[in-house]
Amino acid sequence: MAVEIQKEKYRSKVGEVVLGATKEQGGSRSHTITVGGETTLPFLHFEGEMPNRPVVALEIVDMVPEWHPCFGQYYDDVFADTAAWAKKCVDEYGADLVQLRLQSADPDLKDSSPEDCAATVKKVLEAVGVPLIVIGCGKGEKDNLVYPVVAEAAAGENLLLGVAEVENYKAITSACMANQHNIIAQSPIDINICKQLNILIAEMSTAMINRIIIDPTIAALGYGIEYTYSIMERARIGALQGDKMLAMPMIGNIGFEAWRTKEANSSTEDAPNWGEQETRAILWEATTAMAYLQSGMDILVMRHPRAAALVKQNIDELMQDNSY
Amino acid sequence: MGLTGLEIYKHLPKTNCKDCGAPTCLAFAMSLASGKASLDACPHVTEEGKAALESASAPPIKLVKIGTGDYELELGDETELFRHDKRFFHPTGVAVLISDNEDVAAKAAAFEELEFDRVGLHYITDVVAVKCDSGDGAKYKSAVETVAGKTEKAMILICEDPALLEGAVEVVAARKPLLYAATADNYEKMVELAKAKNCPLAVRGKDLEETADLVEKITALDYKELVLDSGARDTSKVLADLTQIRRSAIRKRFRPFGYPTIAFTSKEDPLEEVIQAGVYLSKYASIVVLKASAKEHLLPLLTWRQNLYTDPQKPIAVEPALYEVGEVDENSPVYCTTNFSLTYFIVEGEVENSRIPSYILSVDTGGISVLTAYADNKFNGEIIAKAMKEAGLDEKVNHKKIVIPGHVAVLQGTLEEESGWEVLVGPREAAGIPKFAKETFG
Repeated sequence: MAVEIQKEKYRSKVGEVVLGATKEQGGSRSHTITVGGETTLPFLHFEGEMPNRPVVALEIVDMVPEWHPCFGQYYDDVFADTAAWAKKCVDEYGADLVQLRLQSADPDLKDSSPEDCAATVKKVLEAVGVPLIVIGCGKGEKDNLVYPVVAEAAAGENLLLGVAEVENYKAITSACMANQHNIIAQSPIDINICKQLNILIAEMSTAMINRIIIDPTIAALGYGIEYTYSIMERARIGALQGDKMLAMPMIGNIGFEAWRTKEANSSTEDAPNWGEQETRAILWEATTAMAYLQSGMDILVMRHPRAAALVKQNIDELMQDNSY
Repeated sequence: MGLTGLEIYKHLPKTNCKDCGAPTCLAFAMSLASGKASLDACPHVTEEGKAALESASAPPIKLVKIGTGDYELELGDETELFRHDKRFFHPTGVAVLISDNEDVAAKAAAFEELEFDRVGLHYITDVVAVKCDSGDGAKYKSAVETVAGKTEKAMILICEDPALLEGAVEVVAARKPLLYAATADNYEKMVELAKAKNCPLAVRGKDLEETADLVEKITALDYKELVLDSGARDTSKVLADLTQIRRSAIRKRFRPFGYPTIAFTSKEDPLEEVIQAGVYLSKYASIVVLKASAKEHLLPLLTWRQNLYTDPQKPIAVEPALYEVGEVDENSPVYCTTNFSLTYFIVEGEVENSRIPSYILSVDTGGISVLTAYADNKFNGEIIAKAMKEAGLDEKVNHKKIVIPGHVAVLQGTLEEESGWEVLVGPREAAGIPKFAKETFG
């Protein structure tokens, strides 16, 4: 019997944001990456467009991180050399792009100077051709000193720079405006604050509206993932229904969150009933990513190479046409 | 469900006899529409009226049960496309596949171990699927018998030759296994078998249209205990088909699709299977079947199921109590937080990361977070002091120091007054606990 295919028609779409710039465009990237542009919910190709596939970034840190020992076999040779680490992520592990966390700027850690941070960013830019995401150490006062210097040093490269929050967005927004970078706008699992922050950034410069990537603040599997999942679904539906202040692509620090959990870190001996640690952890990270792909995430920042590979494959499959 | 009071009123006797307890038929209709009354209360409604109301008020997706006893699994009866609109009701059954060509006893025993405890909850892998790959009726029957002897959980019998299936069904019919599957080639015999044994039946077409066709033919044979498989096996296509089935049933009340669904992974690598199954679980499958059967494979998937099916309107709480993290003694630090499970488990994880054995006092705030509870006056000096006393903190530790969340630093004074303890203000975010602990207690 004839089945009437149910198609949803939305009146608006998610904006597109271009990351990186090639030599012709004033940067030095080998290619750019465009995210966003969806006219329907994730992977429903039968009723709308998803012109740009979601992308997977691998995260690196500008100092040797205290990660689970199981990362040693992948990164031990590069942990101390940020540029080599970035290169390995791209060349060996197929990262679409790299996220560099300027952890060493933390006053309680190395307290690296803004100039040192900028030098690291330059080195990473030289080592890889993919677009770069750069985020601060998380201590607002210090980050506000770092942003302008890093933004200026990388002028023309069209970075994705983060993070702006409602309590602290002016310095980073100015740095991005002055040097033509994109910005990560982070809100605490709250649609209204998300919109408010986007409005605040837009008030400083309307041109920045098309340069915002939303970070809804994600939680890992088992630790409130369903809250972010539903907030993202609501935000995306809002964007498709015409809310311009929600119509931005979304990003999430999946590796960071997944690897904070007990389930990722407990050894096989300590948690025998949870199975083998590394596989369990890989799936903890990849399952978190899988769920966020289904709720509309465009940039997934991951940590474990195998988890990243699983998610890239899932994206490849989901990008296959499913029209009737 | 779904009918307005006026639509219901048309089918009532309109005599305003008050026998149902309502003052008028219209008032009764309104109560029915809002679910506050049952049609049984009206002694005068005609059979035709009853039939019309029942079919119109049938849920958009039928509730189908497989298995029996403690492990009976309810499938379907969903009303939403998005959990934020209300909630999802009947968690996806997660099924592990056993072929009659493999070591059935060993895999069934491994299946039975796939239960997990985390964050105070118990997760179970709730379905076992036994597949006839041997083409040998006796072998298949013995495989089903072996599995049934190892587990009491719900079963799916996968065998499309009714002649081979019959013997196996014989053994476990009383446990209401799902029979898989009726197809265009075998549906008459499969329906006959399902009817005779009173077992739910899966229906598989080669696409949505053929699936709808088959359902029509089977319901015409008066059998409605059905579970749908659109036949798709590619990740993207399965996602599309599951979305279509759910939308058609809920938005259009398209009856042929008003049943629970089943989806199968197509991957060989168990990690890839888990991710593929995760997609189907996220988007509407009532059962997912996979081959992966190690603990590290199932735990992430079952956790996602638990998360997805929680009620978004109901905060999840942990038991308000004094918890011990590590080998505590009388010198161990004491933290306090609320009993919102998310808050509690994040604090617990970070206290664990601090590597200093500690107590955590989870204060009863009705399961809401620190700031919300503070704003609601459910997390104040008096309430925390009372919880400290009830937990017998005085006897547990020989110091009188308690750490409160940085966000409620303002409670420091009143809590010191109420409890007589020294109140230390902890970090605003749980992530700061390890550093705080090192500096304060290290």
